[in-house]
Amino acid sequence: MSPKTLYDKIWDAHVAHEADDGTCLLYIDRHLVHEVTSPQAFEGLRMAGRKVRAPERTIAVPDHNVPTTEGRDDPSQMTEESRIQVAALDTNAREFGVHYYPVSDVRQGIVHIVGPEQGWTLPGMTVVCGDSHTATHGAFGALAHGIGTSEVEHVLATQTLIQKKSKNMKVEITGKLMPGVTAKDITLAVIGETGTGGGTGYVIEYCGEAIRDLSMEGRMTVCNMAIEGGARAGLIAPDETTFNYVKGRPHAPKAGAFEQALEYWKTLFTDEGAHFDKVVTLKGEDIQPVVTWGTSPEDVLPITGVVPHPEDFQGGKVDAARRSIEYMGLTPGQKLTDIEIDTVFIGSCTNGRIEDFRAVAEVVKGKKIKDGMRAMIVPGSGLVRAQAEEEGLADIFREAGFEWRLAGCSMCLAMNPDQLSEGERCAATSNRNFEGRQGYKGRTHLVSPAMAAAAALTGKLTDIREMM
Amino acid sequence: MEKFEKLQGIAAPMPLVNIDTDMIIPKVFLKSIARTGFGANLFDEMRFNRDGTEIADFVLNKPQYREAQILVAGDNFGCGSSREHAPWAIADFGIKCVISTSFADIFFNNCFKNGILPIVLPQEQVDLLMKDAEKGANARMTVDLEAQEITSSDGDVVKFDVDAFKKHCLLNGLDDIGLTMEKEASIDAYEAKAGASRPWV
Repeated sequence: MSPKTLYDKIWDAHVAHEADDGTCLLYIDRHLVHEVTSPQAFEGLRMAGRKVRAPERTIAVPDHNVPTTEGRDDPSQMTEESRIQVAALDTNAREFGVHYYPVSDVRQGIVHIVGPEQGWTLPGMTVVCGDSHTATHGAFGALAHGIGTSEVEHVLATQTLIQKKSKNMKVEITGKLMPGVTAKDITLAVIGETGTGGGTGYVIEYCGEAIRDLSMEGRMTVCNMAIEGGARAGLIAPDETTFNYVKGRPHAPKAGAFEQALEYWKTLFTDEGAHFDKVVTLKGEDIQPVVTWGTSPEDVLPITGVVPHPEDFQGGKVDAARRSIEYMGLTPGQKLTDIEIDTVFIGSCTNGRIEDFRAVAEVVKGKKIKDGMRAMIVPGSGLVRAQAEEEGLADIFREAGFEWRLAGCSMCLAMNPDQLSEGERCAATSNRNFEGRQGYKGRTHLVSPAMAAAAALTGKLTDIREMM
Repeated sequence: MEKFEKLQGIAAPMPLVNIDTDMIIPKVFLKSIARTGFGANLFDEMRFNRDGTEIADFVLNKPQYREAQILVAGDNFGCGSSREHAPWAIADFGIKCVISTSFADIFFNNCFKNGILPIVLPQEQVDLLMKDAEKGANARMTVDLEAQEITSSDGDVVKFDVDAFKKHCLLNGLDDIGLTMEKEASIDAYEAKAGASRPWV
């Protein structure tokens, strides 16, 4: 048998039907559903008189629209349209009988944080969701990617997706990371290297010592942004770190079933000599704490850098860079550490987990955020929030002057009331710095949690290494 | 789904690279639970001022491009989120074909589900069609899916590739779910087999 990549193995284990031209029906083990991209899909089922084929494999949770302020059960906190979307999910989840975590449930949170936390996401699975950051679940060695609403309806009705196989890409991060460098810096540095279209048509497998050394939280951060590099999915082969994380989760297999699963999970790695269509290698020690200066996640530079000149680029990127620099209100040649910040947002499916908050607490403990700074920390789930309270992190945040919020997507995409105003500049731990992403004419710099914390203290983009 | 056979129409040039789904349809418009009506807010922040007045120099606001049915766009069109609201907005506006050097995966797939034909071409050919589109309303392109050919207003013919299955579905306006349900026996068989070998899933 010819050697296979991890992606090949998971793919082969899920083909339910293959047509002569290579078009496959890929079986889906877990389907996560949220309120923004699902109402039209459920409505489609209803109109065609169809049922959800596998409600036991379908998990629904509202996250995009929900307010993250106290007293959010009061519907007046939401706009009428948001309220209708959340209510539609509630109705659909109950009517079609899928697993459901309503806003009032402590387990509610961002769909990509809830899935792993509850043990829905397991190695070797196929996981989809009507959300591009589904790539997050690849951290477990699961083939996970975002789909559109028509595909959501297709999965609901048939538990399969019509797919053709992507190409294999290997991203290897060798060696150790330097102090102050995190999983977020790895994933941004990779996008800086490949560009936002560099992964288009590929599934990425991240490997190498620096990836192995990451916790599950860090691995989820890396895979989360695979889509920002254009890849359908990012994967990391499961290992002891993965198995230890999974064990004991509410929906993970128990006792004998766990042992049986473990035996299978240990076969989920890329065979020696397997073929990759593209290989990117970065040295862990070369990666520095990075920030984005523009309006594309590929606009990445080490924090020690300066805002580039549009002429530094080639082709269509020259105009795009000019537009970005103007939109961001920056001057070419300006030092990145001279950029003043109005707001700090810490949270999202990229960096809304407990480890991220521990990193923030370490930086801000006993200190105060800069006068006039708006700084919020939004946990990825109700359980992350509870754990942070228990560990005393929440007190550290409140004493430092942060708003400590309830779980949701919040200002990552600003569909709920948390938004930037025109010209407001934000250091954010989220995943997209697109024009208008965090609010009309809002300006976003993507950073790691520790760098966001540092910016909250100093009021500027800051090299975390100078505070260590 | 509406069939896509042959399209003759005005092509609008949008050379900017990395046009993302937040640009195509900003999130404030994702709150509808319907599939229609998004065209009014297509490219909203590029197309309108805050007070709702039009930004005159945005391409789709120019008189010659208001009826455009084809977009010739910069590289990596449709990157970002999985929101199908993006192709819904494009189709609702009346655009049925987008031509670029590359598209983001999810957006590319979403187009086919909504009767939109995304065409990938090499840079030189996109440049040629971009120039043609810049001529305005007098330059009408023809996109023939059956023949897999684009004919520019000057009569230049550009061949393009398209996945055979996706082409078949577009030409016939077929619904994926119905097609998949015809293979239900395969899905049942897969479930039985996988349930036995990986019972914990």
